Amino acid sequence: MEFWLGQMLNGLSFGALLFLLASGLSLIFGLMRIVNIAHGSYYLLGAYIALSVVRSTRSFTLAILTALAVLASIGVLMQRFFLARFYRQEQAQVLLTMGFSFAFADLALWLWGGDPQRLAAPARLARSVALGPVVFPAYRFTVILVGAVVALVLWLVMERTRLGAIVRAAVDDQEMARGLGVNVGPLLTGMFAFGAALAGFGGVMGAPFLGVYPGADSDVLPLAFAVVIIGGLGSLRGAVVGSMLVGILDHFGKALFPELSYFTLFVPMAIILAIRPTGLFGRG
Amino acid sequence: MRMRRPLRLLFLLLGGAALLLLPQFLPVYFTHLLILTLVYGLAAMSLDLLLGYTGLTSFGHAAYFGTAAYTMGVAIVRLHVRPLPAMGVGVLGAAVLAALFGLLAIRATAVYFLIITLALGMGMWGLAYRWVSVTGGDNGLPGILPVDLGFGWPLRDAVALYYFILTACAVAAFLLYRLTVSPFGLALRGIRESEGRMRMLGFNTWLHKYVAFVVAGGTAGLAGTLYAAYNGFVSPTDLHITGSAEQVLVVILGGSGTLFGSMIGAGLVVFLRNLISAYTQRWLLILGIVFIATVMYAPEGVLGKALALAGRRFSGRLVPAAPARREDVLGELGVDAREEGA
Repeated sequence: MEFWLGQMLNGLSFGALLFLLASGLSLIFGLMRIVNIAHGSYYLLGAYIALSVVRSTRSFTLAILTALAVLASIGVLMQRFFLARFYRQEQAQVLLTMGFSFAFADLALWLWGGDPQRLAAPARLARSVALGPVVFPAYRFTVILVGAVVALVLWLVMERTRLGAIVRAAVDDQEMARGLGVNVGPLLTGMFAFGAALAGFGGVMGAPFLGVYPGADSDVLPLAFAVVIIGGLGSLRGAVVGSMLVGILDHFGKALFPELSYFTLFVPMAIILAIRPTGLFGRG
Repeated sequence: MRMRRPLRLLFLLLGGAALLLLPQFLPVYFTHLLILTLVYGLAAMSLDLLLGYTGLTSFGHAAYFGTAAYTMGVAIVRLHVRPLPAMGVGVLGAAVLAALFGLLAIRATAVYFLIITLALGMGMWGLAYRWVSVTGGDNGLPGILPVDLGFGWPLRDAVALYYFILTACAVAAFLLYRLTVSPFGLALRGIRESEGRMRMLGFNTWLHKYVAFVVAGGTAGLAGTLYAAYNGFVSPTDLHITGSAEQVLVVILGGSGTLFGSMIGAGLVVFLRNLISAYTQRWLLILGIVFIATVMYAPEGVLGKALALAGRRFSGRLVPAAPARREDVLGELGVDAREEGA
């Protein structure tokens, strides 16, 4: 019982982290049809930036803000000067983002070295909480909470505000939105930057419990893709359900079949794909 | 970018002659690079069947290459199968994997296909990385015996091995070429241009794509077993997403939909990597920049770009001019810029 509850909570916290990545990935795809391979790099860069900022200033908040700012800028530059030129040319865009992901991975290796490093959680959260029979790190609870808050805010913005209505309109029919006077260009750039920043934020949040190491980008990327494949590309609800599923499956896989752990994740993905090729909440 | 027939034939003959004779004149170091070029080139050619001819952008092609190499390796190291039959088992393993993954991926439309192949490919990487008792995990699988053709001596010598690999690649490339000019291959091109119309004409487009997918997987598998026979060692990096992406780059550098161009693309990447690695550790960074530059400035491939530039200089007498519009170029790449959704 304790084992199951503990693994469940671990899975949820990892799922919350995946949500930060997958929601941006899904949003960017929904709006721009860009399959962003560099999304894992944003996570990696976010984690490394946090590492440097925390080491020099000891402030976790400042680390989050720096990561958000840097990755939003990278997002703006990538979308504005490279990807926007290849609107709806999926293969060209994938190759571009792939190129960026290689370059970012190597730059990170160059700047921060090849040794795995760990970011200390903020002092206030570096303790455990007892939840009935299970003792659980407070930091992981915080991550679950943060994921839930981000999901809620995203949902509120998308469903209840004018900006959200514009974004939804652009997802559904970009030409029509343009025709109705929406300035789509800056909207796309902004959303891309937002997705990148969210992934960078994910990197900061993930660093204290997953560590920071070269290759973290290509470790999380397939999981984020699994989330959007299961949940359906472009769907916020899909990203929520998908990331919880993937987070929990991954942790149970690791605990029960350590040798096949990564693979166990892809079996349910394959089954869902076989039944619903566009994912649980995708519209095809 | 398509060249005129005689010119193409000339290039092929020259290339073939060069591949046959070069190891006799060059230091053995170059023979090693040529072996890698052949192996990666064959893998890229099989990918070109999907990417260039059928319009299916597979981003997990290293999975078949690596699975075949691992299957061969496991058969030799753990089950003590002889190397030559083990190669057959490896190719079969890749084809079976492609047959399974094809069932999941082929149903999906453009972008979904890309993501699904990518995710499935990474799943195989995960298996190789974590299934330590079979694959050796991160340490890889050493001890793959050299191929023994039954003459009583195994192919340990690089030049002898080179000619073995060259023969295998030439046969496979010839068969792939026959396939692309067969009615089946023409149907694949039809599917690339407009799947809806092909379906309306009564073609079973799913089956065509599926068969192409399995053939491509099996051929990539052959390349993988040749690699394992050469290297004597397989590791998870051989089926990492970086490998899959590199194969796509090789196809595009060589000009997608040109089949033999992939060999040139592979040669460029292999030689560039070795040249650059002699001076700096930053190969991955440079590879990334090559990716970006290719998409931005030479989406029709390096050879196509060079010929187009030459054609412009010599007022287009030697070769047809480059496609004028980006749509045409991307049409060659198998991407329809104007197509909505599907």
